[in-house]
Amino acid sequence: MSRSLLSITELGAEGVQRILDLADTMAEVNRRPNPKVPALRGKTVCSVFFEDSTRTRLSFETAAKRLSADTMTFAVSQSSLNKGESLRDTIETIAAMGVDAFVIRHKSTGAPWLVDDWTTAAVVNAGDGWHAHPTQGLLDAYTVRTALNRPGGFDGMRVAIVGDIKHSRVARSTTAAFKALGADVTWVAPRTLLPPTVHEHCVDDLDAVLADGVDVLYMLRMQNERMTEALVPNLREYTTRFGLTPARAARLAPQTLVMHPGPINRGVEIAVDLAELPGAVITQQVTNGIAIRMAVLFDCLAANQDPTSDLERPELS
Amino acid sequence: MSEKRVLTPDDVRRATTRMAHEIIERNQGLDGVVLIGIQTGGVWLADALGSEIARIEASVPIGSIDASLYRDDIGLRPVSPAAVSEIGFDVDGSTIVLVDDVLFTGRTVRAALDALGDYGRPRAVQLAVMVDRGHRELPIRPDFVGKNLPTSNDEDVSVTSDGVVIS
Repeated sequence: MSRSLLSITELGAEGVQRILDLADTMAEVNRRPNPKVPALRGKTVCSVFFEDSTRTRLSFETAAKRLSADTMTFAVSQSSLNKGESLRDTIETIAAMGVDAFVIRHKSTGAPWLVDDWTTAAVVNAGDGWHAHPTQGLLDAYTVRTALNRPGGFDGMRVAIVGDIKHSRVARSTTAAFKALGADVTWVAPRTLLPPTVHEHCVDDLDAVLADGVDVLYMLRMQNERMTEALVPNLREYTTRFGLTPARAARLAPQTLVMHPGPINRGVEIAVDLAELPGAVITQQVTNGIAIRMAVLFDCLAANQDPTSDLERPELS
Repeated sequence: MSEKRVLTPDDVRRATTRMAHEIIERNQGLDGVVLIGIQTGGVWLADALGSEIARIEASVPIGSIDASLYRDDIGLRPVSPAAVSEIGFDVDGSTIVLVDDVLFTGRTVRAALDALGDYGRPRAVQLAVMVDRGHRELPIRPDFVGKNLPTSNDEDVSVTSDGVVIS
């Protein structure tokens, strides 16, 4: 029996709220001089990253260590996958060493679901293809919740997510997390950077959205590594129409939160000095990422029933 | 299961007043004394003791601690933090009176002691509980007790300012 975190949809609105509440406790741990608790002693968390990552991998590792879990990192480039071992055999081999949770990132949509079928360990999706990146969605929601002091939910909040929606798992998970809390989400993108079927409210005029007023302006990264077709004429034109330029920054209300999942392409989606954006919470997103991942790992692993233990315990006072 | 009221609201109020006096007496005043309630059941009692102590002598700092992340039964049963710890003062060198509503196996107190250690090194830690229901599983004893209450293992003890009920 393990509890996994694969997508915001599967977590549900109640689960989102549960993780965000738990993150408050974890954030308090992180504020202490000694930010470490023994909660996950004896548990092992293994990160398996098939795609490049700095912040997500480090964030998960830090989170696991602050909960006293042991961590293993599976370096794909130095592994037997290069000798032709299948993903399934690799996962089963690692699982046999006694892993309690896998944190997995893969370029193919759905890979974490496969891994979840193959192992009894908990599986945390750290990004699969263009599909989902649930911990990013949760940390974005948590950042808004703390910055705007909205612990009860986001009813009536207006969120604009701007940029390359098509290739963005962040856009999908963050949209799902915001909507689970009751926010109104608008996608702002050129037609070519939208997925073929869209269920969200979409526009292609950033200035009109800003004129209407937004509470949260979420700038996505232009994912040059996923751009295999000519979807925008050039980056200069993209910045002119969809970038946060000094002119647009000047029109933002000072309390508007400006968010970005990182890493930023400076001069492309954000073409203004971050110091000039009073509402920028981009570093808070990174800091909150640790608290959220602690909450997620604790939620997945503390709910785990240890199969070797069927001790009857009294309800403890 | 039947409910049995063992303490009335007045009993709880009187016990609180007596414990407040005992805390002041034991510590020969309130120098360095702080109250920390264990989330969630100990928090209201820490507040109540704090008001009584303030009425009798002087006010002391009051905090709360959530010990869920230090429990020894994580993974054996669903454990989830109920609230965020709030300790807005320096615990180094202080005399902490740890407050909980019910003392049972002692495991919650053990977890809370470990948690306190991560905030600093108090000079001493004392334990105040409204009800000591027995069945200890660890060498832990209370310093201030509202009521010793013999119970059986499967009974449920609920303590609020509205009294103590066994069911």
